[in-house]
Amino acid sequence: MTSQYDIAVIGGGNAALCAAMTAAESGARVLILETAPKPYRGGNSRHTRNFRCMHSGSLGPLVDDYSEEEYFNDLLKVTAGKTNEPLARLAIRTSEECLPWMEAHGVRFQPSLSGTLSLARTNAFFMGGGKSLVNAYYRTAEGLGIDVIYEAHVTHLELDGDRIARVQYTHEGQDHRIEPKAVIVASGGFQADTDWLTRAWGEPAKNFLIRGTPYNRGVVLADLLDQGVSQVGDPTQCHAVAIDGRAPKFDGGIVTRLDCVPFSIVVNKHAERFYDEGEDVWPKRYAIWGRLVANQPDQVGYVIIDAKSLELFMPSVFPPLKADTLEDLAGQMGLPADRLRTTVEEFNAACGDTSAFHPTELDNVATHGIEPPKTNWARPITEPPFYGYSLRTGVTFTYLGLKVDENARCSTANGPIRNLWAAGETMAGSILGQGYLAGFGMTIGTVFGRIAGREASNYAA
Amino acid sequence: MPLDLIQEARRQAEVCNACRYCEGYCSVFPALHRERFFSDGDITQLANLCHNCRGCYYACQYTAPHEFDLNLPRALAEVRRESWEDHAWPAPVARLFHTNGTLIAAACVLGFALLFLAIRAIGSAGGEGFYAALSHNAMVAIFAPAFLFPLASLAVSLRRYWKTVGGESIHLSHLTAAFQMVAKMKDLAAGHGDGCNFEEEDRFSHARRYAHQLVMFGFLLCFAATSAGTVLHYIFDLHAPYGIFSLPKLLGIPGGLMLVCGTAWMAKLKLAADRHVGDQSAWGGEMGFILLLFLVATSGLVLPVLGGTDLMPILLALHLGAVLSFFLLTPFTKMAHGFYRLAALIRDAQAKGQAEST
Ligand SMILES: Cc1cc2nc3c(=O)[nH]c(=O)nc-3n(C[C@H](O)[C@H](O)[C@H](O)COP(=O)(O)OP(=O)(O)OC[C@H]3O[C@@H](n4cnc5c(N)ncnc54)[C@H](O)[C@@H]3O)c2cc1C
Ligand code: SF4
Ligand code: SF4
Repeated sequence: MTSQYDIAVIGGGNAALCAAMTAAESGARVLILETAPKPYRGGNSRHTRNFRCMHSGSLGPLVDDYSEEEYFNDLLKVTAGKTNEPLARLAIRTSEECLPWMEAHGVRFQPSLSGTLSLARTNAFFMGGGKSLVNAYYRTAEGLGIDVIYEAHVTHLELDGDRIARVQYTHEGQDHRIEPKAVIVASGGFQADTDWLTRAWGEPAKNFLIRGTPYNRGVVLADLLDQGVSQVGDPTQCHAVAIDGRAPKFDGGIVTRLDCVPFSIVVNKHAERFYDEGEDVWPKRYAIWGRLVANQPDQVGYVIIDAKSLELFMPSVFPPLKADTLEDLAGQMGLPADRLRTTVEEFNAACGDTSAFHPTELDNVATHGIEPPKTNWARPITEPPFYGYSLRTGVTFTYLGLKVDENARCSTANGPIRNLWAAGETMAGSILGQGYLAGFGMTIGTVFGRIAGREASNYAA
Repeated sequence: MPLDLIQEARRQAEVCNACRYCEGYCSVFPALHRERFFSDGDITQLANLCHNCRGCYYACQYTAPHEFDLNLPRALAEVRRESWEDHAWPAPVARLFHTNGTLIAAACVLGFALLFLAIRAIGSAGGEGFYAALSHNAMVAIFAPAFLFPLASLAVSLRRYWKTVGGESIHLSHLTAAFQMVAKMKDLAAGHGDGCNFEEEDRFSHARRYAHQLVMFGFLLCFAATSAGTVLHYIFDLHAPYGIFSLPKLLGIPGGLMLVCGTAWMAKLKLAADRHVGDQSAWGGEMGFILLLFLVATSGLVLPVLGGTDLMPILLALHLGAVLSFFLLTPFTKMAHGFYRLAALIRDAQAKGQAEST
């Protein structure tokens, strides 16, 4: 059976939509297969808020300059050098032309959100956030004649030598096979498949929360890797941050973030501290706390602050637990009360002069003589009421992915696959080996989505 | 006010305050992000800053079926209507009309009947034109109280509102800031200037903004026409009917046309919009109010055309009856929103000023 479509795009997030629109604009007949139902379309992209964009001079909402070198160096810092330089530079360089392209396809930007001033120069914020971006793209796609099937679960791409011969998906309980000329995979990582995550990370992964969509289960990724398509990225690694322990298992998104750690002490379920809470400003440290919490018993941590710190961080989605005594708070959190009192007293005794306390800068207000130390913002926990949050590990994405070249094309050990391209999170491991730079996920998806769309439509023409 | 509506809006506001993605859409979010804990007054003020453009609903990643179940436009619309009912004087009347289009229609019929009887019973003292049907003095006797009562009622309501939201003494700068927002209906354009999401899910359009402008300026022109007529009557001793190039006609005809088109357009938009993103219980009351305004405008325009025919007294009764019920219901129908919104914008200008100076 030949397909009425030139190109099938697997996935319905940012990368998929950028690819589909680009291909349709050069005349290809495009079908989007999105596994989620319409209200949940758009994968992790619906949770995003900005994309990181190189620019010289002001561009859209962005001020000043952000050069290729500076951008690349920022990336090197967070990935500790594990970066594919040519592909990273390609993404960075192309990001500048993406912003006007995005506007032309319906995305609207807004000034940097309150509380995120540090990103005003580097990251362009979507007005209304990622879901409004996704909505705008679906509208534009519809105008371009792109067909979208929701709840279309792609199960298998049949690799026949050096080409994909067939796409299989289920929809409304029926199996379907189509034979488009070209295929673009943009179906994200596998973090929503807890079994896979547990195989990769170990038992603790069962207690992890997934910050984004429950639909990125890596079905197509696994299918392709099983057929010998080249992979990249550490299969045991994921990007994880510490989030509010009361967040839902999936899709809690941005609001479950907690910014109070630097002003707190964090203990495990035995009411013992385990890491320097004041090591650095929170945006630079929140990713390591995902791992730190993952390594504690039951994969849970407890943040404790007192009244004087309550207003120093962004409001939380759920109100904190509140108590007039530490014992009461321990009771509410299920912590051993005596031990918590001792931990707090030891910590308080180790605090010194706090007159230089400065909530938004590294202030060197540190503890002395305890392990682990707190090296900044160390003020004693003394002033009731006391407040507490539980912390859990929230997974953002996985690193294992499809290896692509600068044309976003996939390959096997025998060489390139003629009609298969990949974009977005599912190939981000080709660029980022570890770490993550805020806003770079959308940059990768937009840049490589457009490249994949262009290449696939050239091939199909 | 039932605490659960406020409580539900507060729950949602707390989600938004942790998210902030919608900050650029309207005045609600910057005001929301200035607070950390929301008193009942804060929520009431936020509700009156919202004009149900729905941008934040379609953009929200937490709408149902998500368990956070965000629907801020509806939550605020419900608090808003409750706040109008609670602050109104007398409140029980407001509770009747805000949600009930049929009652508005009934009031209108009653107004019609009243005027019709007045025409039959009092009739004219031999005046010209419309005054041949109902004397000028009789009209004034009916309409002066009908005009003054709503003003008094609104004054009481707004004072109550001001107290609820913790308003302080008003400076000129607050007023200019607020009136600028109104004149441009800036919020209805959304932060990006593409309009609101009213007709077809997440599609942006200016239709609602333009329809609303037509209604508002149409109404103001008609009001100015009536005022001009009053001045001509009492100060210059020039009596109706006025010629086509007179001030009342020059203001009234375009104003009436704008009102007719604006209300018809608004009704059409209301039919197309997703009802669950607004205050569903108020839908009938709002629609009734729009149709009442439509009736006021159409009957007012037709009147001079058919003024010379036998239909005149009936039409006159219809028009004056509609105007009468419109005036009397002003504090208890959607018409009140204009006054509350203005108050909310003034309060917002104040709060912004305070935030900047601290
Ligand atoms: C809470 C949160 C906030 C974030 N904020 C930002 C930010 O501000 N800036 C930034 O750059 N990045 C951010 N990220 C990362 C960003 O979300 C991703 O990098 C980006 O969205 C990836 O886009 P994508 O199109 O590759 O994948 P997705 O948007 O996840 O799309 C994958 C799509 O594939 C579909 N799919 C999956 N399996 C199948 C299948 N078998 N068949 C059919 N369809 C399938 C899914 O339903 C989905 O539509 C954030 C992530 C999270 C979780
Ligand atoms: S409406 Fe939704 S997307 Fe907008 S600020 Fe609130 S929670 Fe965030
Ligand atoms: S509906 Fe419109 S005006 Fe109301 S809060 Fe949402 S974006 Fe603001």
